[in-house]
Amino acid sequence: MTSVAAETDVLRQAFARLEEGRAEPSWLRDARARAMGRFVERGFPSPRDEAWRHTPIGPIVRTRWEPAEGSPRLSRPELRALIPGGFRGAEAVMVGGRLSNELSRLDSGQAGVAVRSLADVIGREPGLVEPHLGRLTDGEASVFADLNTAFATDGVVVVVDSGVVVAEPIHVVHLAAPGSDSPEVSFPRVLVLAGRGSQCRVVETYTGNAEGSHLTLAVTEVEVADNALVDHYRLQRESAQAFHVGTLAARLGRDSRFANRSFNLGAAVSRTDIEVRFEGEGGDCALDGLFMVDGERTSDTHTRIDHARPHCSSRELYKGVLDGGSRGVFHGVVLVRPGAQKTDAVQMNRNLLLSRRALVHSVPQLEILADDVKCRHGSTTGQIDPAALFYLRSRGLDEAEARSLLTWAFASDLVDGLEVEPLRKALLGHIQEYLSGSGIVREVLA
Amino acid sequence: MLEIRNLRARAGDKDILQGLDLSVGKGEVHAIMGPNGSGKSTLAHVLAGRPGYEVTGGSVSYRGQDLLALSPEERAREGVFLAFQYPVEIPGVSNVYFLKAALNAMRVHRGEPELDALDFLSLVKEKAKLVEMDEALVKRPVNVGFSGGEKKRNEIFQMAVLEPSLAVLDETDSGLDIDALRIVASGVNRLRGDERAMIVVTHYQRLLNYIVPDFVHVLVDGRIVRSGGKEMAHELEEKGYVWLEKEPAASGASS
Repeated sequence: MTSVAAETDVLRQAFARLEEGRAEPSWLRDARARAMGRFVERGFPSPRDEAWRHTPIGPIVRTRWEPAEGSPRLSRPELRALIPGGFRGAEAVMVGGRLSNELSRLDSGQAGVAVRSLADVIGREPGLVEPHLGRLTDGEASVFADLNTAFATDGVVVVVDSGVVVAEPIHVVHLAAPGSDSPEVSFPRVLVLAGRGSQCRVVETYTGNAEGSHLTLAVTEVEVADNALVDHYRLQRESAQAFHVGTLAARLGRDSRFANRSFNLGAAVSRTDIEVRFEGEGGDCALDGLFMVDGERTSDTHTRIDHARPHCSSRELYKGVLDGGSRGVFHGVVLVRPGAQKTDAVQMNRNLLLSRRALVHSVPQLEILADDVKCRHGSTTGQIDPAALFYLRSRGLDEAEARSLLTWAFASDLVDGLEVEPLRKALLGHIQEYLSGSGIVREVLA
Repeated sequence: MLEIRNLRARAGDKDILQGLDLSVGKGEVHAIMGPNGSGKSTLAHVLAGRPGYEVTGGSVSYRGQDLLALSPEERAREGVFLAFQYPVEIPGVSNVYFLKAALNAMRVHRGEPELDALDFLSLVKEKAKLVEMDEALVKRPVNVGFSGGEKKRNEIFQMAVLEPSLAVLDETDSGLDIDALRIVASGVNRLRGDERAMIVVTHYQRLLNYIVPDFVHVLVDGRIVRSGGKEMAHELEEKGYVWLEKEPAASGASS
């Protein structure tokens, strides 16, 4: 098809250029070629593609994206100002998909945990990532994840040794700061390897400046070894001109625990695919998310939890707040495979519409192929409760204030009590802005 | 203070208030009793300005102004308070912040300076004692995880902080055990004063053993059919409402 060829041409040529200059191990070159091959063969998803039916990717497909190569035009302090502050542990800052040594603090001083540049690891110690890089996405994820595999030149590798409890949250920042006027695409890649019985918290922040259009195609893979515990947070607050397509894939070993809480607050179109697979018994997984959109923006979350083993439990709670003519999508699949007895799964989606023009597609799905399981799911979409609104107004709060407060009340359980204080602070700032902070909202969120 | 004349109101296509007259003076406590569906709660809600009710006739004058022309928040700022039968839970917002915002909205409206956090906290401490509110409850999110009794107590606590001129208590006694009822009622009694009028809406006479009203009115089919002194409550408890349902409308007590 000529149209597909035209859409994929720019990236195909860019890939060929990149391959010439790369001196990488053959396993990686092969993986990249396979991924690129899949993209060339399949092209971008079409509106007929069920998984992408409600995601307006037209602008992504039509734009001739160039991989971000030049250095950003912002000064270091300007870049620093885009990063949520207050993190005291290791902090890896990627600018346009490359690790910035100037902005990063990779060594937290704690033994048993390493935060490194992916390019650096591939250059010096490829064996460390060979068994893991792409294991969770190769052939199983979207073409956008394939593009990341084909192009990602750099990234962040987090390795936590067996039994190590990482004291401070590890902060991984992806800064989209265009270096040219042409539309740029960046490919942030993160690999987290949590050793047996280890424990860590990882916060990923996707942020950027407002000028120029930008596409972020992100992939994060997390391997949680037996009895390990990973609390992973994802804050997407890219500029309102940006497009964001992210994939998060995790596999859980025996008796391990993985939690992800995602906040999608920015971007014109944001799409997140989260895939979790239990590869051992006794695993536990909690996926939560909050998105807040307005204007004509779209936030789309797809989750898939694969209960491939018995005695695992999963909890999902996704909340959406929509104003203006914005769109939201939640599509969640819980797959309970034959033999995955004693699976315990709950999947919930709740949405709050602040405007008559806003629209949500909510598709919670259970596919249960075992017979001794406890699974339930639910979905609610509604407006501000008139009784609650009246209650607040009857205490003297004006209507706009009361609506802001009730919107916060709806979202608060995913923000209050966050253990990572710098993240909570950053979120409160965003939410206040979203609610165009009246007096009481400012005070409550202070 | 409050003059209700021939008030008619409907919800949807159902006429509920059908020509209600009531006059409440400063410092008076009026009890409104009546069977289920007689329009007691509707009266409370219409006075507070709840959307969803359509006033189809009559007038309500509050301290010389047309109450029905004001938004719910304007009524609140003018000193009208409704203690809800079903208080609403607001996760993520502590009682303290909520009340401070409410009180300061009123102070700004009256041209008074806003209270700062310190002054407000000492006020809250003092008022919490009135209704024996645990300080932990004061700091918790509004009504979240409160028992029925705690929610009602919280309503009276809010009333104590906001110091309204006209307080309307909508079935504040429903669902309370005797201990909770005693605490709530004693809080209300301590808030009685020469400058404050109260309308106590209740289905049961029991509450009026603790909050002794100056006047009792019986509401049937959206009209006050009988008015009298506090002793009438006991009569109602004995005889029920049925014997009154045939009576012609009586005008409300005035002072």
